[in-house]
Amino acid sequence: MSTDAGTMHREMDLLRFTTAGSVDDGKSTLIGRMLYDTKSIFEDQLEAVERASRTHGEEETNLALLTDGLRAEREQKITIDVAYRYFATPKRKFIIADTPGHVQYTRNMVTGASTAELAIILIDARKGVQTQSKRHGFIASLLGIPHVVVAVNKMDLVDWREDTYEEIVAEYREFCEKLDVTDLTFIPMSALKGDNVVDESENMPWYHGSTLLHHLENVNVGTSRNLRDFRFPVQTVIRPDQSFRGFAGRVASGTITPGEEILVLPGGTRTQVRTIETFDGPLKEASAGDSIVITTEDEVDCSRGDTIVRVNNLPTSATKVDAILCWMSDTPLEVGREYLLMHGTSERKIVIDNLNYRINVDTLHREDVEQLGLNDIGRVQIEAAQPLHFDPYQNNRHTGGFVIIDPRTNVTVGAGMIRSEVREAPRPEAAELVGQADGGPAREKSPNVVWEPWNIPRAEREKRHGHPAKVVWFTGISGAGKSTIARELEKQLWEAGKQTVILDGDQVRHGLCGDLGFSPEDRSENIRRVGEVARLFYEAGFIVLCAFVSPYRKDRQRVRELFPDENFVEVFVDVDAETARQRDPKGLYARHATGRVTGLPGLDAPYEAARDAEVRITRAQSVEDAARSVLASLDAV
Amino acid sequence: MTHYHKTHLDQLESEAIYIMREVAAQFERPVLLFSGGKDSITMVHLARKAFHPARIPFPLMHVDTGHNFPETIEFRDRLVESIDADLLVSHVQDAIDAGRVVEETGPHASRNGLQTVALLDGLKEHRVDAALGGGRRDEEKARAKERFFSHRDRFGQWDPKNQRPELWNLFNGRKAPGEHFRVFPISNWTEMDVWQYVAREKIELPSLYFAHERNVVVRDGVTLAETDFLYPVEGEESERKVVRFRTIGDATCTGAIASDAASVEDIIAEVAAARETERGQRSDDKRSEAAMEDRKRQGYF
Repeated sequence: MSTDAGTMHREMDLLRFTTAGSVDDGKSTLIGRMLYDTKSIFEDQLEAVERASRTHGEEETNLALLTDGLRAEREQKITIDVAYRYFATPKRKFIIADTPGHVQYTRNMVTGASTAELAIILIDARKGVQTQSKRHGFIASLLGIPHVVVAVNKMDLVDWREDTYEEIVAEYREFCEKLDVTDLTFIPMSALKGDNVVDESENMPWYHGSTLLHHLENVNVGTSRNLRDFRFPVQTVIRPDQSFRGFAGRVASGTITPGEEILVLPGGTRTQVRTIETFDGPLKEASAGDSIVITTEDEVDCSRGDTIVRVNNLPTSATKVDAILCWMSDTPLEVGREYLLMHGTSERKIVIDNLNYRINVDTLHREDVEQLGLNDIGRVQIEAAQPLHFDPYQNNRHTGGFVIIDPRTNVTVGAGMIRSEVREAPRPEAAELVGQADGGPAREKSPNVVWEPWNIPRAEREKRHGHPAKVVWFTGISGAGKSTIARELEKQLWEAGKQTVILDGDQVRHGLCGDLGFSPEDRSENIRRVGEVARLFYEAGFIVLCAFVSPYRKDRQRVRELFPDENFVEVFVDVDAETARQRDPKGLYARHATGRVTGLPGLDAPYEAARDAEVRITRAQSVEDAARSVLASLDAV
Repeated sequence: MTHYHKTHLDQLESEAIYIMREVAAQFERPVLLFSGGKDSITMVHLARKAFHPARIPFPLMHVDTGHNFPETIEFRDRLVESIDADLLVSHVQDAIDAGRVVEETGPHASRNGLQTVALLDGLKEHRVDAALGGGRRDEEKARAKERFFSHRDRFGQWDPKNQRPELWNLFNGRKAPGEHFRVFPISNWTEMDVWQYVAREKIELPSLYFAHERNVVVRDGVTLAETDFLYPVEGEESERKVVRFRTIGDATCTGAIASDAASVEDIIAEVAAARETERGQRSDDKRSEAAMEDRKRQGYF
């Protein structure tokens, strides 16, 4: 292999990326341009496209025709499914998952994004940031794509203006702050004219960043690979004869070497890796992405569907999980019905216990719905017939992602990402097991408390009560007036004939949370418990008024995510520390001044101001006034 | 972390092995469709790697049009013997003899279209529930949307509008009785990837792929090998040329290109500089703009 071409492959790596854009953003033209300018298009393909362009009555050669594959698409002039394209430069091979942008094809975007390390989101410079541009960003974030490139296209049609570009950048950047996007890059371009796609633009001297291709060639690949947690889902057992027995699979994450202590889940049998076998000889180490065969020191019970892990790094094992689910079938998701869940190399029966809400992919609002339809994304709790051995999707795509299959049709109807196990009270014996010393079987975290759906649905209760259930969350520093306003509000609601309840800090700290202190961890746990209590009252059809300092944004967000948007109101009682000190209803500030109390939020401990609160109350408002403004917002929602 | 650096070939190979193992685990009676071309030879190599040290746990299946290059059959038999694989052959001639298909006549006659029937007959006869193929998405536009696990109904048909979504590395192979899957482990490979892999793995290929001298007939701009079943008609003449084949299919419709590439390295250099796709020399694709899509719907491989 002495020729250039022969040695080339040694240097090349691989980047999988996805492209999202609407019918008119010029996505197909952009891909056509990349293929054309990297000379990945052959003469006969170009001839076919030129021929087709003439048939379709177009004057210039339509590069978009290179990618719009199926006949139905050519007729409708839209892309209707995920299509895969390939091109390579001497540095890197690229796999493009080209997904359509219009609303009914969320499922395709999710599919294309599931294996991508980078997403290109197209924005038409003339139209600016559109609803669907946000949707694409949200899906990229949801699927954990590490790199996002925003291609601000059609710059030729806005006279290459920098201010137009900068406006789009500012608006989209602000939107992305709400998402989990770690690496965000903007590139102004014209796919039609070729500016900043492969070649630098002469029309936009004000832009000093990379061209798209340069960025694609140099972005760091493999960042989404988890090299920490060894997970090996067993695909099949290789047993040519009595002398050899090995477990075949692809390392989902982490690394492994011969001699390491391993454990087989479920079951928890321990042994050591004897060898890592391949056709090309044994390996000294295998890492995420390698297809290998593992042989073990001991004869262990292990077959397809089992997962091999390191003894000291276990995944979570639980039968009940909390997940984000994207529904991909015309037949809506039915809560309570039996489905099959495919996770790693295993399948198990499951039931969707509960649907918390649907996420509106355009507004990011959480909506109260009865079911999920095609292209809906929602948050659910799933109960499986046998424990799932998983990592949160955020940490591990391969052990946190799953698909749902309808056993009646065998069709893949949904795809999900596990957030966590569903927390439940441990049974005494389960608690003991967790405490057991190292050396026993795998510790089983799942207490297997059976979840029963609500006996009488909330909708029925709301009908009888004559009003919808709501949760109002008052946050603010001590002495801001949260409880005072909540009490006034409750009086007004009570007089109007509503079912209400107040939860406040002092109350729960004397009972439910009597075991907790004021450390950041205890404060978080306090709020978590209150959120769960609020949810019980909410499901019983009450208007729940919660008055808690709740100084951490993260904790408040976690409570917020338990409820549909329209039924949750956050009230930020925004009073400065000086005013609160003067009021000092509980004498906390006085005691703080003499050093008998420390860690007061807003003074010597953090209070993270609410940014997205639905209502903000200021010092200038009277209590009655404040209560009335909250009441008004309740009517509005 | 150069230690964990994986080249594109490492990743493509690992993906293909993963898919083959999924097929062996999820299906009861899979076969590997073997045409004698470089893609299916590469598939056999990958299958050996996937199940090493065991032998390949499913048979190879060859759809024989009867219009083969003799080199293909020789190569096939030698390969099967050397790796101790099982071989099933489904003959187009059988379908013709049974009157299930009517052979095209005239100088342009091709048995390529008849392969579909012989293929479906073979799958049915052996109750195959998954057929592994060497199809690649870069070959043709209609294939760009093909799944790794492609579901076929009881009539062997593909419905491009009703494909199962494939996320992460989860492949749903569940099916009703009578249905089957076509599975394409090297979907993500390009022609260049295959050649680079052939070079890296030192995979042996039939001599047809390398430059050699033979008698050819130029018909409709396609250079075809002169054989017992393809000969010059009026207005055509037999020529002696140095050629090689970029794909190997039915000898009546597989075009040769003028080339003096005599080694895999020469071919890689040639492919890198090539200005025409490999299917560009397949006269069967030229019949209409959507020719491939139509054949796939009917169950073509």
